[in-house]
Amino acid sequence: MADDTAHLDGNCLAGPLSEILSVEATTAWWRCPECARTGPLAGLHVYGPDPGLTARCPGCAHIALRLVRDGDHIWLSLGGGTGAFRFRTA
Amino acid sequence: MSSFSPGFRGRARSLADRLPPGQYPTEQFPVLSAGPTPRVSTDTWTFTITTETGDTHSWTWADMMALPQQETVTDIHCVTRWSKFDTPWRGVSLDAFFEDVETAADFVTVDSHGGYTTNLPLEDLLDGQAWIAHSYDGYPLSPEHGGPARLLVPHLYFWKSAKWVRGLRLTHEDEPGFWESVGYHNYGDPWREQRNWGD
Repeated sequence: MADDTAHLDGNCLAGPLSEILSVEATTAWWRCPECARTGPLAGLHVYGPDPGLTARCPGCAHIALRLVRDGDHIWLSLGGGTGAFRFRTA
Repeated sequence: MSSFSPGFRGRARSLADRLPPGQYPTEQFPVLSAGPTPRVSTDTWTFTITTETGDTHSWTWADMMALPQQETVTDIHCVTRWSKFDTPWRGVSLDAFFEDVETAADFVTVDSHGGYTTNLPLEDLLDGQAWIAHSYDGYPLSPEHGGPARLLVPHLYFWKSAKWVRGLRLTHEDEPGFWESVGYHNYGDPWREQRNWGD
């Protein structure tokens, strides 16, 4: 999908993901379930930061993850859909 | 402050009264994106209401433009805390689309091009509270602001006013949408500051 909307790169996910993961996230290997593209998490296209971070496949824009900070919680949804994790961070 | 007319003071006071808690006014029209901006042609645009029984009602762009057109000037409030007063829209009331739709559903999931969704009670779309807006300030709605057509539900936080709207699904069960499923409030009333899940 052509993408002329301003976006960030996946490295901006490092901070919030470091609050809920014990390993470095940006070098994580990732595979797109839609177009089979693979690469590091840092290569995702990230839209936001408000109302939340939406990380998408740089090839087809399929959602890889969404992340929202809500006070003392971080909400994380993986791979699209409406399921989510809510992590307490403080 | 005798140099100010009563009218000026009255307007200033009324603008303050129109600002929901925790919001600030802006003259800008910020663009928030959760993905690439879809480019949707009015030649192929359709808007579809799907009832809880599976019945569908669809309108082409020409069909929509043949419905009664309304101008509305309203305040809008984004959950990221900006509010914009007196925004001028043109579009079609949802009441017109629902005129021949038979439903016993209580909830709606809004579907947009690009995969965005949002949810709200059906009653919040009816009785002159919501529109499919296709023009802003006298011009066709730009893609960045949701053109060719977006939902406009100004009494709720603006994430409910889905850009690039393509349809409504009527349901008996409330289903959280794109932002509602990751921590944002299910209803989103700016006057009750319903920003997040626990508000």
